[in-house]
Amino acid sequence: MNIMSEAAVEKALDQKMNTVPYKMIGKDVSVYYGEKRALFDVNLNIRENTVTALIGPSGCGKSTFLRTLNRMNDTIENCRVTGKITLDEDDIYDPAIDVVELRARVGMVFQKPNPFPKSIFDNVAYGPRIHGLARTKAEFDEVVETSLHKAGLWNEVKDRLHEPGTGLSGGQQQRLCIARAVAVSPEVILMDEPCSALDPIATAKVEELIHELRTNFTIVIVTHSMQQAARVSQRTAMFHLGNLVEENDTDKMFTNPDDQRTQDYIMGRFG
Amino acid sequence: MTDIASPTVRISARPASATRDIGIKRRYAAERRFRAYGIGAISLGLFFLALLLWTVVSNGYTAFQQTTITLPIEFTEKVIDPKGERATDGKVLMTANYPLLVREALIKQLGIDASKRPQVKQATDMVSASSRTLLRDIVVADPSVIGKTIPVTLLAEANVDSAFKGQIDLNVEESKRKVKDQQVTWMNELASAGVLKKSFNTGIFTFGASSRPEAAGVGVAALGSLFMMLIVLVLSLPIGVAASIYLEEFAPKNRLTDLIEVNINNLAAVPSIVYGLLGLAVFINFAGMPRSAAVVGGLVLTLMTLPTIIIATRAALKAVPPSIRSAALGLGASKMQTIFHHVLPLAMPGILTGTIIGLAHALGETAPLLLIGMVAFVVDYPGSPMEPSTALPVQIYMWANEAERAFVERTSGAIIILLIFLVVMNLGAILLRRRFERRW
Repeated sequence: MNIMSEAAVEKALDQKMNTVPYKMIGKDVSVYYGEKRALFDVNLNIRENTVTALIGPSGCGKSTFLRTLNRMNDTIENCRVTGKITLDEDDIYDPAIDVVELRARVGMVFQKPNPFPKSIFDNVAYGPRIHGLARTKAEFDEVVETSLHKAGLWNEVKDRLHEPGTGLSGGQQQRLCIARAVAVSPEVILMDEPCSALDPIATAKVEELIHELRTNFTIVIVTHSMQQAARVSQRTAMFHLGNLVEENDTDKMFTNPDDQRTQDYIMGRFG
Repeated sequence: MTDIASPTVRISARPASATRDIGIKRRYAAERRFRAYGIGAISLGLFFLALLLWTVVSNGYTAFQQTTITLPIEFTEKVIDPKGERATDGKVLMTANYPLLVREALIKQLGIDASKRPQVKQATDMVSASSRTLLRDIVVADPSVIGKTIPVTLLAEANVDSAFKGQIDLNVEESKRKVKDQQVTWMNELASAGVLKKSFNTGIFTFGASSRPEAAGVGVAALGSLFMMLIVLVLSLPIGVAASIYLEEFAPKNRLTDLIEVNINNLAAVPSIVYGLLGLAVFINFAGMPRSAAVVGGLVLTLMTLPTIIIATRAALKAVPPSIRSAALGLGASKMQTIFHHVLPLAMPGILTGTIIGLAHALGETAPLLLIGMVAFVVDYPGSPMEPSTALPVQIYMWANEAERAFVERTSGAIIILLIFLVVMNLGAILLRRRFERRW
């Protein structure tokens, strides 16, 4: 009964989903690493205030696509991106767009928790500091506190803000990284397998957090866990061998996918 | 399910293989042999290190003691300024016959007949000829001492010093040794009177070059070395770090940068004397800088140290985990901000360690300095890096060429001083590393 009602809620959400506007639009996105082509003309749109999960077997290009969204691929030598990606109306590969500004609007959380070897406070305050979002001590205190609240970490660390961030547990470190990303007030947050280095309890906390963040941010998450994709996302995109196989409402994706390959992958027949 | 329930069954079910021979015994024997080689190599190294230290210290510790003779010197006006011209003629005090004062004090102390010239000569030979400048400095500093009698501590002559330290075999026939029987008698007499005694040798730290061992020290050489180290530090650290950051973080990876990298690695292995030739050609012959000056030495040692610092810095930068760079870039930090806010602070212990080791290497370098004329007999402290000076290792090299027994101990003494500097610098490197090393 309970399941039924939950499914009904999800369905209601899904129906609303089709009316949600697009935050980012990827058109014919291809990525080359030197001679090797990693993505083949991917057309994938990211809806606003939605969690979009990217799934697929290892090496299918989902992380590559994720990293095109804030141009982190720029840091890789020999990497070339073609096609067009827009954030709201701005073409993010336009030479006039400043990559620093773009990354302030599209934040990122990485696979392995990577806090700076500085205090918890300095970790969170770093983004606002370099972007000039806070100037006085009081402003910094405020942005750090609200960011840590948003990341659900405040109560755990409020008494030790000046201790090193590297001294936290793995799950806390990852939430600190989320707080650090949130502190810059981005519009989109990219998460590259944010729970793959965490235990189930920490994973549950991060997933819960992703759920809450959805109200304020657009989230794109790469995950290897089908269950996680099903739990946290409203839209799911399936990649295979550099191609986008299918993009659909998560609910439909996991119950009645359009593509046979998606079904096979979700059922565990390959991957 | 059965797998979990009955592990014992599985083990016993494994077929006993009689034919399987993986050579356990041989493997263990090979490991034991390898350990034995390792321990042997380390023991050999430790043995030679101990031998080196023992030789140097046992030869050199006496250099830190100096025999002195304290005599009541009567600053008679008749000797210093017989015509009473000192108020008008400054040269009088500079050129006065100060050794005569020492001679008279000795005659009085030892009770010698002043008319027996050979005996008087033997007595005055016991006191260092550097007494002339010592007394002159006292009088020039304070002319009011003239006419008074003041006890002055004079350096004993090097051979008396060696004899008093027991380094000269007194059983050898008198004509074959430099210290005569009469002098030995006087020496013992003065020693029992408490006039002649051994005390800590501050002179070895403060004096400059001298042909008289008792008046020779490493002070001037140490100042020259200090000037050079400052020049090396000020030039090679910023240049080296800037070059490394550019090569490691900004430069595209292509043939040219590969070539540069290979060349830097090769430069680190270039014999140091080649850098001396380069310095001679470029800095002295082409740029017209002064010979024997610390500034040229510093520049040459900078060139020599740069590859070391660049290699150490690049290794330190490479060791910073890429996740830190991604984190900063992902937050919208520019490349410069990423490097200067995060990467460089994390690489700093490694950079400093590399720099200090490079400096220590430069401090002990002799060959290039010989070529640019720093192997000079420098008595006075250089006032600036542009003035002639010498360096600690060069001073050791020069003393090692001297024949006197007293120079042998001073050579070892100077080596001890140099080794102490090096150990302190390396300790500093280790402490810096411990203090700033962060774990992630």
